[in-house]
Amino acid sequence: MKGIIAALDLHEPSSLDEALRAMRDDGPLTPLAGCTDLYVALNFGTLEPRRFISLWSVDELRTIEKSDHVLRIGALATYASIIQSKLVRKRLPMLVSAAKEIGGVQIHNRGTIGGNVANGSPAGDTLPVLAAADAVVVMRSVDSERRVPLTQFYSGYRSNVLRVDELIVALEVPAVHGKQWFRKVGTRAAQAISKIVMAAVRSPRPSIALGSVAPTVIRLPMTEGALEEGAPIEEAQRILMDEISPIDDMRSTQEYRRRVAANLLGRFWAETE
Amino acid sequence: MIFSLNSSTVDIDAHPMKRLLDVLREECGLTGTKEGCGEGECGACTVLIDDAPVCACLVPFAHVRGASVTTIEGLGGDHPLQRAFVEEGGAQCGICTPGMIMTALSLGEKPTLRKVREGLVGNLCRCTGYEAIYRAVRKA
Amino acid sequence: MHASKTTPAPAVGRSVPRKDGAEKVAGAAKYVDDLVFPGMLHGRTIRSTIPRGRITATRLDFDQRGYTIADYRDIPGRNVVALIEDDQPFLVEREIRHTAEPILLLAHESRDELLRARVEIEYQREDPLLDPERSPTSFKSLGIDKGAIDDGLAAADLIIEGEYRTGHQEHIYIETNGVIAVPQDGGITLLGSIQCPFYVHKAIKSLLGWSDDRIRVVQTETGGGFGGKEEYPNLIAGHAALLALKANRPVKIVYDRGEDMIATTKRHPAIVRHRTGVKRDGRLTAMDIDIVMDAGAYVTLSPVVLSRGAIHAAGPYRCDHVRVRGRAMMTNTPPNGAFRGFGAPQTQFAIEVHMQRIAETLDIDPVKLREINAFRPGDTTSTGQVLGDDCSALDVLRRAVRRSGFRTKHRRYAGTNRGIGLALFYHGSGFTGGGEARLASKASLGLCERGVQILVASTEIGQGTRTMHAQIVADALGVPFEQVEAVQPDTANVPDSGPTVASRTCMVVGRILQQCAEEMKTRLNGMTPIEYFAAHGPLIVTSEYEGPSGIKWDDNTYRGDAYSTYAWACDVAEVELNPDTFEIRPLKLTCVQDIGKAIHPVLAAGQIEGGTAQGIGYALIEQVVMRDGGMVNSQLTNYTIPTTLDTPPIDVEIVENPSRYGPHGAKGVGELPIDGPAPAIVNAIRSMGIDVREIPAVPEVVMNAGNTHQISGGNGLAGSGRREARTSTRGNAAGDPHGHASRPSAPRLPPPTSRDYP
Repeated sequence: MKGIIAALDLHEPSSLDEALRAMRDDGPLTPLAGCTDLYVALNFGTLEPRRFISLWSVDELRTIEKSDHVLRIGALATYASIIQSKLVRKRLPMLVSAAKEIGGVQIHNRGTIGGNVANGSPAGDTLPVLAAADAVVVMRSVDSERRVPLTQFYSGYRSNVLRVDELIVALEVPAVHGKQWFRKVGTRAAQAISKIVMAAVRSPRPSIALGSVAPTVIRLPMTEGALEEGAPIEEAQRILMDEISPIDDMRSTQEYRRRVAANLLGRFWAETE
Repeated sequence: MIFSLNSSTVDIDAHPMKRLLDVLREECGLTGTKEGCGEGECGACTVLIDDAPVCACLVPFAHVRGASVTTIEGLGGDHPLQRAFVEEGGAQCGICTPGMIMTALSLGEKPTLRKVREGLVGNLCRCTGYEAIYRAVRKA
Repeated sequence: MHASKTTPAPAVGRSVPRKDGAEKVAGAAKYVDDLVFPGMLHGRTIRSTIPRGRITATRLDFDQRGYTIADYRDIPGRNVVALIEDDQPFLVEREIRHTAEPILLLAHESRDELLRARVEIEYQREDPLLDPERSPTSFKSLGIDKGAIDDGLAAADLIIEGEYRTGHQEHIYIETNGVIAVPQDGGITLLGSIQCPFYVHKAIKSLLGWSDDRIRVVQTETGGGFGGKEEYPNLIAGHAALLALKANRPVKIVYDRGEDMIATTKRHPAIVRHRTGVKRDGRLTAMDIDIVMDAGAYVTLSPVVLSRGAIHAAGPYRCDHVRVRGRAMMTNTPPNGAFRGFGAPQTQFAIEVHMQRIAETLDIDPVKLREINAFRPGDTTSTGQVLGDDCSALDVLRRAVRRSGFRTKHRRYAGTNRGIGLALFYHGSGFTGGGEARLASKASLGLCERGVQILVASTEIGQGTRTMHAQIVADALGVPFEQVEAVQPDTANVPDSGPTVASRTCMVVGRILQQCAEEMKTRLNGMTPIEYFAAHGPLIVTSEYEGPSGIKWDDNTYRGDAYSTYAWACDVAEVELNPDTFEIRPLKLTCVQDIGKAIHPVLAAGQIEGGTAQGIGYALIEQVVMRDGGMVNSQLTNYTIPTTLDTPPIDVEIVENPSRYGPHGAKGVGELPIDGPAPAIVNAIRSMGIDVREIPAVPEVVMNAGNTHQISGGNGLAGSGRREARTSTRGNAAGDPHGHASRPSAPRLPPPTSRDYP
């Protein structure tokens, strides 16, 4: 283990109000929750921040509830609670599919959806689901509450619009109209970082989001538009391959990502008929 | 900081950000929980926190305040799972075994083979090819 | 008291309780990182960040108080890791030959402080040599000749050529490398995760220039080895020793996973080229084989890996004319080393995929092709060894074909996205040729109040050494299994039984123990061990290796009896292709393996299942990504080994066709299983029409593979060479951007949805 912990500071609030006050008054503080990403960086000695605030005891952030037609998932909801939630299984089954494929049971018990969103990896598995579902990120500071669509939350590779004194408190997902579809392709059958990950909804204007093909999760407006206008699937696949700019990296190649993304689009289309 | 360790209340002093894995192995002197990767991939460091399997290499010590932590040492050595692992060849080199058993505890009674595969996907074994582990878990 | 008249039930052949099982399942077994010593320091290795060049400056940018710092100047003996050649230094003097080469050592009481120390090294970089085929330095080259290759090629109806590639493989023992060095009483003790304590002893002796008795090496409980702790520990032990002696305190060095992956040995990548003469009916007339192995920057064990690879290169097939040429080439990459199979997985991958291509070209059933050519007792190998009745090639083939339902499935899968393939393979047990005689291994038995003690250098690394040896000794002495125990391998207490490698621990060392037990039995003269100890006190009996007589081998010409016996196996793999993602999912592995005798059926099956799983990883998902001579995917997240969802059901049938030399006919089982899965899987992929000739067959490779239905070889004229028409790239009907025709058949089986095995 390469991380040096003696110099690290940890605030441990027991309520959201306490946490937000600390963010404003004792900042800058890096929030931590399940630590399934953060502690990997700590272990590898690549963790730069020194001052942290643990949200793990802020139970009010764990709630999963429905109000009107909006599914509200607390930022501290773990993948395990998402998988087990009747509400999520009914209203956002593609999120359950995604959560099931993020590692094994040990990660499910600790990893949180807020962490996945805040970490903002281009390969984050819940992100295409949230993007395809037009989810909204709910952020709070002591004095304010903001809502930003997930698709506008990221400003670049691993950077987002959160202000230094703000916390993600929930993801709000409006009702999804249409069959939901999710597929993740990793370097092995399970416990893998995605080489490509897709979530899609078969509505009159289909909603398609991809991870691992750009610096952030992306929607595919041109592909979606073509399908909405009734283009044959082969044409939509060609448009998709032009719409994305994947790269070569240690896990895969841009050619593979491009071709497989097109294939997955075809599979989505066939399976949601 | 006070928490429950293998059914006993303990008060251990350590940096709140220290990995639970290191606190168990060092301050608590329990070396049964092993480090295999430091990235939550291999599961060799699996312990139970409030009966839920987690990777101790990814848990800050602060997070077990008031919680109940169970390690391999808490099973006593004669748990049906432990006996089954010996009989069925589920342990070869043994380094993955404590973590494997701790995760297997969460699989419930008479799990199906499919449930065992899914349940143990976060525990890597390099020696057995998993077959003997399935036999052990389903026998117990 | 008289000796008991009832002999206990034999332990051999029964799955008796594993000797170390109880401690392991309780978390009580002590691995090196579980141990602490008073005053112990932690050690850290500063390594080069360039693949080739010279060090021009070293700056220690920290307050050095409390630190112990060691470099090559602190070496009292020779700065050479004594192995086959004396070319690898313990610490760099000035010249860098690979990324992660060890330069400097630091020790400190606090691990945090150790990590804080900033060391700046300046280099003058040179262009690294990364392509083994362009390297000017061959560490070893060899040749095997049988018959006259040109005659064989001239007799052929058709000549079929092929080139096959295998990549690096990382051991990923779940316990990383670690050693603690403890200076005491003018000597030093090394404790660690070690397969071969006497190798470490020899290396430390050379490093320090000390006499034998001042150095003691003890193996701690070891969390997997697979060859990765065969020779590598010499280096880490040397480092710990240098720091410990300089600080005059115990020093523990345990690598984190990333360092272990980047810096330690891996399986040698290989390029194997075949040029094979065949008759239209499938008979092999000539096999011309060329092997290039990437050795990395130093020799380490490359000559022996190449040797074993070359000896197995022609596969388990009869052929009158064979020529094998092999070379192990230097590259500026971390040295490659021992890994289960030791050259045979690479070359047997090649021959078995080549046989599949021969079957495709001749339009012959792949089973029939093996049947025609498989060795029978009385046949001669490429080195001129006449095989005896312990040759089971045909038997394992037929059983595997039957057990797996190969023919039915082959028909049923035709034209679908499922495939079935097989590999026929073998593995020689023990050291090659005169190697065992040169090792002159010894084993001892002793007495204590509990019964009999086994004193050998053979290490338990998961495979069951303690248990298996105890079974053999118990039966040879006629005492209960419970009264026999193995002592911890400690060079101060046990004789040199040779290294724990080469599938020799049962067949060779077990046999020496049997001899030893027979002698002890005579000395006990009717008393039980416990009775004898109570009456007379301790007794130690030592025995030495007695090779089979009549074994002839010439190291210069590579002719003769390469191994005293071979184990034989046939694997059948069934796979499924995902046409969207090009992923290959293994559905089932059927493994029929003749190991002579299963001393412990559960442990033997465990070796087969475990080795098969490692072979599946080697075939499909384990890819070392190198950039600028260093591994970039050095995390378990990115170098992926099989999980429970990547390993299919593995169905094992053990065949017992005894060898004349191993105890109870045992032949060795440790490495055989890893030789077969990769070619069986690739052959299953090929049966779907996908032309894969390299591993790992990751989806990116499968995607770009051509069709197998292409013209190869000529029309029967020798030297017509290979004409291969590359046809369409693989793609599904909708998604191919290049407009090529995609593979015609639609899957007749339901589309892949669930990833779960039953």
